[in-house]
Amino acid sequence: MTMATTQATRQATRQATHQDARQNAPEQAPPAAPFRWRRLVWPAVAVLTAVVVMLPADLLPAWAVKYPAAWHLPLAAWISDVMKWLMNSASFGLFTVRDLTRALSAVLNIPLTMAKAIFATGVMQGEGSQAVQLFPPIPWFSLVIAATTVSYAIGGLRLALGMALGLAYLAVFGQWTSAMVTFASVLVSSIIGAIGGLLLGLACVRSRTLERLISPLLDVAQTMPVFAYLLPMLILFGFGPVSAMIATIIYAVPPMVRITIVAIRAVPEEIEALGRMTGCTRHQITWKMLVPSAMPALMVGVNQVIMLSLNVVIIASMIGAGGLGWDVLAALRRLDIGGGLEAGLAITVLAILLDRFAQALAFNARRNRRAEHSRRRVRHAVYAALVLAAAGWLAAAHWPTIAPYPEGWRLSTAPFWGDLVSWININFNGPLDAVKTFILLNILAPVKQFMLALPWPWVVAVTALAGYWLGGVRLALTVGLMCAFMAVVGLWPATMITVYLCGVAVMISVLIGVPVGIACAQRPALRTVVEWIIDTLQTLPAFVYLIPIVMLFRVGDFTALIAIVLYAIAPAIRYTAHGVAQVSPHLIEAGVMSGCTRRQILTRIRLPLAVPDMLLGLNQTILLALSMLVITALVGTRDLGQVTYAALAKADVGLGLVAGLSVAFIGMIADRLIAAGSARLKARNGH
Amino acid sequence: MLHTLSRIALAGVVSMAVSTANAAPESKDPIKITLNDWTGELLSAHIMGEILKKAGYNVEYVPADYLAQFSGMGTGDLTVAPEVWATTAQEALDAAVKTGGVENVGSSGMEAREDWWFPEYMKEKCPGLPDWKALKKCGAAFATPDTAPKGRYLGGPSTWGGYDEERVEALGLPFEVIHAGTDAAMFAELKSAYERKAPIILWIYTPHWAPIKYKGEFVEFPAYEAACYEDPAWGVNKEMKYDCAKPRGPIWKAVWSGMQKKWPGAYEIIKEYKFDNQTMGELAARVDIEGQKVEDVAADWVSKNEPTWKPWVKP
Repeated sequence: MTMATTQATRQATRQATHQDARQNAPEQAPPAAPFRWRRLVWPAVAVLTAVVVMLPADLLPAWAVKYPAAWHLPLAAWISDVMKWLMNSASFGLFTVRDLTRALSAVLNIPLTMAKAIFATGVMQGEGSQAVQLFPPIPWFSLVIAATTVSYAIGGLRLALGMALGLAYLAVFGQWTSAMVTFASVLVSSIIGAIGGLLLGLACVRSRTLERLISPLLDVAQTMPVFAYLLPMLILFGFGPVSAMIATIIYAVPPMVRITIVAIRAVPEEIEALGRMTGCTRHQITWKMLVPSAMPALMVGVNQVIMLSLNVVIIASMIGAGGLGWDVLAALRRLDIGGGLEAGLAITVLAILLDRFAQALAFNARRNRRAEHSRRRVRHAVYAALVLAAAGWLAAAHWPTIAPYPEGWRLSTAPFWGDLVSWININFNGPLDAVKTFILLNILAPVKQFMLALPWPWVVAVTALAGYWLGGVRLALTVGLMCAFMAVVGLWPATMITVYLCGVAVMISVLIGVPVGIACAQRPALRTVVEWIIDTLQTLPAFVYLIPIVMLFRVGDFTALIAIVLYAIAPAIRYTAHGVAQVSPHLIEAGVMSGCTRRQILTRIRLPLAVPDMLLGLNQTILLALSMLVITALVGTRDLGQVTYAALAKADVGLGLVAGLSVAFIGMIADRLIAAGSARLKARNGH
Repeated sequence: MLHTLSRIALAGVVSMAVSTANAAPESKDPIKITLNDWTGELLSAHIMGEILKKAGYNVEYVPADYLAQFSGMGTGDLTVAPEVWATTAQEALDAAVKTGGVENVGSSGMEAREDWWFPEYMKEKCPGLPDWKALKKCGAAFATPDTAPKGRYLGGPSTWGGYDEERVEALGLPFEVIHAGTDAAMFAELKSAYERKAPIILWIYTPHWAPIKYKGEFVEFPAYEAACYEDPAWGVNKEMKYDCAKPRGPIWKAVWSGMQKKWPGAYEIIKEYKFDNQTMGELAARVDIEGQKVEDVAADWVSKNEPTWKPWVKP
């Protein structure tokens, strides 16, 4: 099922990106006729770069080596001032901005409180410690019964089994209460995010202007670290679960909007034409024809919303969302590695259960109807189970002692994990340290020095040149200005450290990910195993493996590097595997007929044809690497992530947003350049 | 005589009226106490909460990030931050107080100490410790490949400040300062090194469980005086500042500035609340080493020490 999801995601994203590229790139693409000088451009750039770096610093003008402080644009201070004004004095006459945002947050609090009442807290009267529970939350046995049977009805035995095992994990390992708090907030934010994203996407389908307006905002929302807008969120919406939920939605909604736009546009025109001919209203065409036809692709968007919501559970817990995220943080503060891992895995379990359930629901909706009588039988079983669950709930309300999962039935493997890390630490420290020292001294340190030695005007110029080379004047201007932005706002050194850390991490991810992906493409069994591993790595909060890595490798860039690679390697593997596997069998056959060896088929046919897919994977790898920056700031890196984190610590709204924007710009530069490059390649391959 | 009697009676009536007014809380809304992520703070929060509950107030505990909590307090979304350390969050607290939303209601009676700290076993590898002068010859004993020949000192997150780079230079110590991003990372390194008896010297603060669980000592630098941080001529290095230990500082209690108006009685309780390092260390050890629950330890202390906290609750 994961494979289905990821493949669909891939297709949707690929279409989206290529569409982007088509819009931006080829129309201004320089003439394809190969001038000879074009071949010399990049070698010349490389030589010049080497020269520029080698030059003694005093040969270059001082302003080029270090961006002069006097030229800084005090953008951060301006933003902070605007924010202050917004909060303290801005008013619409009758009410202030703050009244408005607080009212909005009160409205959003309603579904959240309801969901929490059902799953976690029960119906309460009053507030705080004096609140009285009027009715308990759904007890664990009722939820297990209900969820398992419903899963069986919509997804068959496999889903039911998975659901039962997953929920059992939560109960047996003592994660139930926290998991239900997290589940309630993820459920609400996913529903709001999915519906909001769908509506926004539909609006964009109708209006190109709106789409053009929103598209850059989506880019920023997707690449900007959550830490950067946490602070304004807190000020506007108050400290608590609602702010956490809004931050979650901002982070999780862009893929839904994008996928909606692509999916609705991809519905064959005949369907819409049919609607118009049969006299449907616009409303009917949209909701009765377009949306149902696009359902499979839309569900990919829903899946992304759920996954991304669970990704920010930890950060949301720092501003009052509580739940599993808080347990992970608290356990790791105590250095209880096993405890952190168990709570982190509970997040993974929730992610998998929600994802599989949503997929089955969507699949069920469009599956051919089963035989009537068997459906009826299943329906009766579901009713019976629901009645049983409700009876259990009522019983729990009457005899409160039976509601909680018994302490004595709990299990914990926590000590084992802590001991395992200690054991590795004690017995394998020598070799681990040797590897670390080697990489640190021979790769990381030189690259870092090199990046920091580059004069900023040179980097801006080379970026713009790459933009011109791949896309034309407009792209050159876009990427050049974005690049200059980071110097102008005074964050150049942090930017270069970011580029160095992410650059090396992406390189390593590609070096490992591409061969693994190729191997997976030809061995389905291996692919299943690898998919499991990377799914887990992507939903497990990075914090869980960050602390053991610190124990083994100490604080510093190397630790950050491992954490980034672990998280960002997934798309490099996935896209490669998909790209290599999807090469048309006719072409392979043609290769075999003309006597190619296995190796030749791989290097001459499969790999070249998979390059566009692999480029997309590269793009995603870069974006994921950037999104890990904020986490690596926690192990002491000096990059833009650290700046955003420090801004949060000092309550400096402006600095946080500007640094966050810089991270977003790095991602967008990479994205634009790769998309343009991929489009050129496709054009050349004659697709 | 009658006059006096009536005055006494009147006084009695007035004081009764006042006491009943205070016994019923001024507002039924919950007082939101923040839970940060170290044991001492959790204990302080729950002890404060228990006392407030006994005084009739409604209390709610809200998990919140140590630094993010100030913006929540500024808007009244959070009411009480029970432990704000002068040593780690003075800047953030001052900034929040300046905006007018947060009030510093004085010291909790506990004193934070933080400085360079080493495990006991390092005394063998660097004889002369804990005297700071021993460090002058011990760079190599604390070195790692990327800092060699200098020693590696693991400092706190760069947001904590602390002037360690300056201290290293002023005292002529052969050390390089590496900043941890969070204290979780810092203590992870300590745990790792302690397990292997590997060299380590790092920034530690108390009250905290780590110096209780791991045997070790603080380095004895020349004692801090305000002049040391202001006047280069002070101390061993006549030309540089920061040639001394870090200042020890109080652990403040901070509240939302609207608290005094909304819950005057509760505000007084928080203001009067006092604790000491020794007791806190013992309570924290019961949680972190013996594995008892924070809530139980806090409730136990409150029930056994009524004479201590009763005077804080104004009749």
